[in-house]
Amino acid sequence: MAQKKIDEITGVATTGHEWDGLEELNTPLPRWWLWLFYICIVWAIGYYFVYPSWPLINGYTKGFLGYSQRQAALDDVAAGAASRTEIGKALSAASLDQIRADPKMLEFAMANGKSAFGNNCAPCHGSGATGSPGYPNLQDDDWLWGGSLDAIQQTITVGARSVSADTRQNVMPSFGKDGLLTPEQINTVADYVLSLSGSGTATDEGKQIFTDNCVACHGEGGVGNQELGAPNLTDKIWLYGGTKEAIVAQITEPKLGVMPTWGGKLDPVTIKSLAIYVHDLGGGT
Amino acid sequence: MRSENTESVGDAPLYEAARKNYPAAVSGRFRTIKWTVLIITLGLYYLLPFIRWDRGPNAPDQAVLVDIAARRAYFFFIEIWPQEVYYLTGLLVMAAVTLFLMNAVAGRIWCGYLCPQTVWTDLFFAVERFFEGDRRDRMLRDRAPWQAGTMARKAGKHIVWLLIAWWTGGAWVLYFGDAPTMVKQVFTGQASASAYVFIGLLTFTTYALAGFMREQVCIYMCPWPRIQAALTDEWALNVTYRNDRGEPRYSVKHGEKAKAAGLAVGDCIDCKACISVCPTGVDIRHGPQLGCIQCGLCIDACDDVMKKVGRHTGLIGYDTDINITRRKAGKPAVFRVVRPRTVLYVAILIGIGGLMSYVLAHRTLVDVNVLHDRNPLYVTLKDGGIRNGYTVRFINKRVEPRTFALSVDGLPAGSIIEAQGVTDQADGKPLVAVSPDTTRELRVLLVVPAGARVEASTKIDFRAVDTESGEAAVTSDFFKAAGN
Repeated sequence: MAQKKIDEITGVATTGHEWDGLEELNTPLPRWWLWLFYICIVWAIGYYFVYPSWPLINGYTKGFLGYSQRQAALDDVAAGAASRTEIGKALSAASLDQIRADPKMLEFAMANGKSAFGNNCAPCHGSGATGSPGYPNLQDDDWLWGGSLDAIQQTITVGARSVSADTRQNVMPSFGKDGLLTPEQINTVADYVLSLSGSGTATDEGKQIFTDNCVACHGEGGVGNQELGAPNLTDKIWLYGGTKEAIVAQITEPKLGVMPTWGGKLDPVTIKSLAIYVHDLGGGT
Repeated sequence: MRSENTESVGDAPLYEAARKNYPAAVSGRFRTIKWTVLIITLGLYYLLPFIRWDRGPNAPDQAVLVDIAARRAYFFFIEIWPQEVYYLTGLLVMAAVTLFLMNAVAGRIWCGYLCPQTVWTDLFFAVERFFEGDRRDRMLRDRAPWQAGTMARKAGKHIVWLLIAWWTGGAWVLYFGDAPTMVKQVFTGQASASAYVFIGLLTFTTYALAGFMREQVCIYMCPWPRIQAALTDEWALNVTYRNDRGEPRYSVKHGEKAKAAGLAVGDCIDCKACISVCPTGVDIRHGPQLGCIQCGLCIDACDDVMKKVGRHTGLIGYDTDINITRRKAGKPAVFRVVRPRTVLYVAILIGIGGLMSYVLAHRTLVDVNVLHDRNPLYVTLKDGGIRNGYTVRFINKRVEPRTFALSVDGLPAGSIIEAQGVTDQADGKPLVAVSPDTTRELRVLLVVPAGARVEASTKIDFRAVDTESGEAAVTSDFFKAAGN
């Protein structure tokens, strides 16, 4: 090796390379940096043995620790499920009123119910549970089948006009289509129905038609019957619309809503959660 | 050793390797000030967490505490919630303006006396001097081959450095938990992992920054010297070599000869004492420069030498370039502390400080936040009434439990307010109990009865009134309806 060449201005040795009179100063890596580099190499070697590293033809080296990111993720999922089973057990053992009285169970039920509502109920009832024509608004205080916690739970479990043997089933004859009432009679009784909630004109004829045909289900004065799922006709809430045309159409050939049987599809804890969530939207009684 | 090349400013090299400084011990006025500041600031830092402050049974009794887990910060009589973090913003703004003010009055006072980097480095220098001796001894030992004595001294120094660094990290975590409990936990291995991580982190940074990087932090890492240079003006006092008095330099002996020969002779005897005591290793005689943290130690060193050679002290002192020029022209020195810049800074400080004090003194310890339901905006009930849903959060910043009566102004008569899950009520107002120093969130339903006239949007006020003290919080929101 040639003798070290020292740069005059800086007093630092040069690498000996020269380009048109320009020389490069020899500024080696700092010692601490070099040592970090060596430590990294040692670390990497250790890493090869401890963690999964080398790809093989039919797999990969597993490492002494047997660590696997996939397994770690699965463990996390299992731990999450386990943490839910504990409170889930508490919920399945408790009555709806007990759940509602216990802040911890209530918190879980509301979160669980909200999530389940979004996944299962929102397509028909809307994300805000306000329903739409033909699909009941769950925010208000009008209930076809009852707005108590138990009634709501039952409705969710069995559905309406669905596969369950106990399913909610309200029937209304097609008065117009099947010729039970003439169009004139339907017109008259529709006026009478409107008058029950404060608009339209009540006639004796209309009242007579109503008494003969409607009172059996809708009750004296049209207040409805939750046992039969017969809507209250005296309030301001109209599932299929509150205009005269809508009422005439409904009497002529009724639309009848359908709701799936959720019992069996959703686990009991989720159904309880949903019942509490729907009840606490504000419309429960 | 500094090569000759760096001595002349115009011919600075393009490349310079870091050089180790061996600042000499010095005593004098500024050294005493620095020791005093060091004792006060470090004393505050290490002992503040142990000061107690009684806040009653429902709050911690540590005077200064940042409780991350509970999201509360305590400073003596002040308790700050996360949403009041603007107080911290205000303090930071004031700190910045104070820094500008210091700078406008007397340059880098912060850097020279108050900056943690300076204070801890000073402490580490003292330890180094205790084990390895003063400048000359240290330089000789470092240059000589290694001996057992040197190693023992170095080992002693590093052990004490690490202990100081460790206790620095240890004191830091005490601000985030009950100090006496945490001390016990740290020593018995019961403290949280994050506590140990932060102790380790601060041990490392203190040890590395104050023990090894030292002036390189000020010269290469810190942004303040650059900002400071942009903020300074010609009236700011700086540690200045009075070259009008010092130049030309002669040693005492040559100076006498030169004087005898009728030449002008300056007071500087070129003893380089100012350089040898400098913690950043600069030569103040080059004038104001980035590397100078203006700690004033060169003033002490120079005054000492001037006394010894029987000349007036103050060859280096707090002065301005203006005065150097004026003295050269035979005019008296002028100092001007009150000038538009300083007046403006003081005005800003008083303004922000006043505003913060006012806000702090008038802040309410009760608050109510309201969030209107987005979906649905309103619900029509079967009797034709209109209902709106809200999420209401009650905030109780007092350390005792309180009960609030919730009411709403601005709705038609007969409207009903109902807080879900709250059964107590008085005059139709739900009574909401809120635990000490916490919040409570409730869903609140407002119902306007059928037949009442409501606009599509009605401005309403939620009012939460403390049933005992009468303290009230009011928040506005809207009641939505189809409109009639």
